[in-house]
Amino acid sequence: MKALKYIVPLAIFAILCVFLAVGLTKDPRKVPSPFIGKPAPAFSLARLHEPAATFSPEDMKGKVWLLNVWASWCVSCRVEHPVLNDMNRRGLVPIVGLNYKDQRADATKWLAQHGNPYTLSVWDFDGKVGIDYGVYGAPETFVIDKQGVIRYKHIGPISPQDLETILLPLLAKLNA
Amino acid sequence: MKKLVAPLLLAASLGAWAQSAEIANPDPKVEARLKSIAHELRCLVCQNQTIADSEAPLAVDLRQQTRKMIAEGKSDDEIRAYMVDRYGDFVLYKPPFNAVTAVLWAGPALLVIGAIATMFVFLRRRREAAAATPAPDARRRKEIEALLAAEDDARK
Repeated sequence: MKALKYIVPLAIFAILCVFLAVGLTKDPRKVPSPFIGKPAPAFSLARLHEPAATFSPEDMKGKVWLLNVWASWCVSCRVEHPVLNDMNRRGLVPIVGLNYKDQRADATKWLAQHGNPYTLSVWDFDGKVGIDYGVYGAPETFVIDKQGVIRYKHIGPISPQDLETILLPLLAKLNA
Repeated sequence: MKKLVAPLLLAASLGAWAQSAEIANPDPKVEARLKSIAHELRCLVCQNQTIADSEAPLAVDLRQQTRKMIAEGKSDDEIRAYMVDRYGDFVLYKPPFNAVTAVLWAGPALLVIGAIATMFVFLRRRREAAAATPAPDARRRKEIEALLAAEDDARK
């Protein structure tokens, strides 16, 4: 009975430690997206390279595709870009770029410089479509299935490991 | 002191200036409502600031969006729902009560109830223990009285 006096606080402390330890492993920057399992919000935006032509997610119905949010001012996008180029070379999946809050000239120059892995990019100058997709930083990548439903959102740059362990299995599943 | 206060005042006034310069002709009514709503919304870029306080481009955009929705006659709830639809419950500084947040909301109340219950059990046990202490027998009583008397004598 006497021992209980020491065991109870110790047990409470241990439980607290477990909670704090779990908390440490979580990245507070990765906010769960409310869009998973929901249809991709509709939009119609001018394309980056052909301002006269538009694109809307409807155009991709029947295909599994990625919507990648990028900008020429975005430092992490440079980190991610080789992975996107590699995906494009391997012909893994069509990638549509959402050029977010960027100048058209800066964006096209940036792609000319770093390579253009995108099937096409759309130009979201005022970030309105970004808000509709709950974008709060770049890069962010949405995986959208054949029915136009968002299945996954990747926050931050896609690393080569992310590609192998998360994206490729998911794409294989969605394309099956 | 003056040397210290002057830059602070300047910084404060610059902050106010930055906010009011965001749009050309701020309507005080709209700005007041914007303030009350934006203070409940978290800026996802700098997560410990509200959309009202943050100067992050996203916060500026979301303030602008909120102004537009106020001008369209949207209610506070509609504006909050708009934000939650896009950014999730995390955007609210006051999260709604649901299955995920139940522990968050009920936890403190449960802790207080638990603590009060523990206190009552503890107090009752102590009272019972006190009641259960056997009265000192005659010999022991004499010893005690002798000790107390000696103490009184010493004090005199």
